[in-house]
Amino acid sequence: MITKRIIPCLDVKDGRVVKGVNFEGLNDVSDPVTLAEYYSDCGADELVFYDITASSEGRKLFTDILTRAASRVFIPLTVGGGISTLSDFDRVLKCGADKVSVNSGAINNPDIIEQAAKLYGSQCVVLSVDAKRVGGSYRVFAKGGRVDTGLDAIEWIKRGENSGAGEIVLNSIDTDGVKNGFDLEMLRAVSDVVKIPVIASGGAGKMEDFLTLFRTLDRVDAGLAASVFHFDEIKISELKRYLKDNGIPVRI
Amino acid sequence: MIAIIDYGVGNLFSLRASLERIGAKAAVTSDKAEIGRSDRIILPGVGAFEDAANKLRTSGLADVVLDEVKKGKPLMGICLGMQLLFERSYEFGCHEGLGLIKGSVKPLEGAIPPNLKIPQIGWNRLEIVRPECPIFKYSADGDYVYFVHSYYGADCDESVAAYTEYGKRVTAAVWNENVYGCQFHPEKSGEVGLKILRAFSEIN
Repeated sequence: MITKRIIPCLDVKDGRVVKGVNFEGLNDVSDPVTLAEYYSDCGADELVFYDITASSEGRKLFTDILTRAASRVFIPLTVGGGISTLSDFDRVLKCGADKVSVNSGAINNPDIIEQAAKLYGSQCVVLSVDAKRVGGSYRVFAKGGRVDTGLDAIEWIKRGENSGAGEIVLNSIDTDGVKNGFDLEMLRAVSDVVKIPVIASGGAGKMEDFLTLFRTLDRVDAGLAASVFHFDEIKISELKRYLKDNGIPVRI
Repeated sequence: MIAIIDYGVGNLFSLRASLERIGAKAAVTSDKAEIGRSDRIILPGVGAFEDAANKLRTSGLADVVLDEVKKGKPLMGICLGMQLLFERSYEFGCHEGLGLIKGSVKPLEGAIPPNLKIPQIGWNRLEIVRPECPIFKYSADGDYVYFVHSYYGADCDESVAAYTEYGKRVTAAVWNENVYGCQFHPEKSGEVGLKILRAFSEIN
């Protein structure tokens, strides 16, 4: 049986992980490569590197880090942040990324999904969507959740699937940072209408939130989180043991 | 030296890095002489079967690989590279493969219950049915490996070395003499995957 995936997301700025506290035995928690190896050893099923750098020097640092991480960590790596052209895809894939996540870049240029899927395969293309409730529907937000695009999230995600996206990351702005659980209602609305894997993001605060997610929504394939892992509030190895003990199929 | 066949399909960074990690010498190459000098071959691949099969043939690399296999050199196909070992694929039509493994590549769609996602993406267990298969020298039944695929090897029971459970028993690995194939990505399957690559690199 295929297992549910646990995916930590590392925000990287100017070559350093933005959030992070001291893990026992780790000298430098803000080194993305060190942290990636640590997570992989703890049983993370994939890793996401999110580049929040604005400068070109930062971009270079980011790809250097990616290359080092991909030479030392042999689980799937997804790269996101600032992906808007095919040359952005090319740049990170050459440095060892397995999947590339597009968000605002796809909103500005929806054709990028189809073009990238044709060139690199659907398995490479992850459509990441920041969504929020507006007047009884789910709306797509851009620029890190700051700008209402007016797009209906369900329609946008269906369109992305039809264009060749291989996976969906759904980040609920309504639950993000609240640490009171994933947005089950929004995730259900999306996972009911797509055939491709759905990765839940936004709202995880404790281990029970992951259990509730997978127990409630059979069609959600993975849970993604950042700060709860970085701040050591949830240990990935303990989380996976806990899920397994509660009947959720996970890789241990 | 392991020759990783470069025929313009897929991302070979991780494969090369994973072989370096286990201390195996590897070269990403489309050079016939270099492939001839290698002591084993990996056929990688992602994307569509027809396009990959055409690239492999028009580059002349299909014949090179077939010649080397005939001489007894170990060959491992990974993901689409495994599917290319089969006689044919029914991915968008019917296309001829290398014919090193008896059987056909068929869509998961319609073959597995409709509630299951296609592609199968993620970690699933190996049911190793031929533990004597050399690539599983360091593996254990039930090991988790990473899959990404929408098509699968069918009608190949006699060659299957491992299955995985995805609504039905789906071919995870094949073995016929010196020809091996993995539907999953050993280079993305953590320590378990590195062990499989190590075992392949040690086949005499």
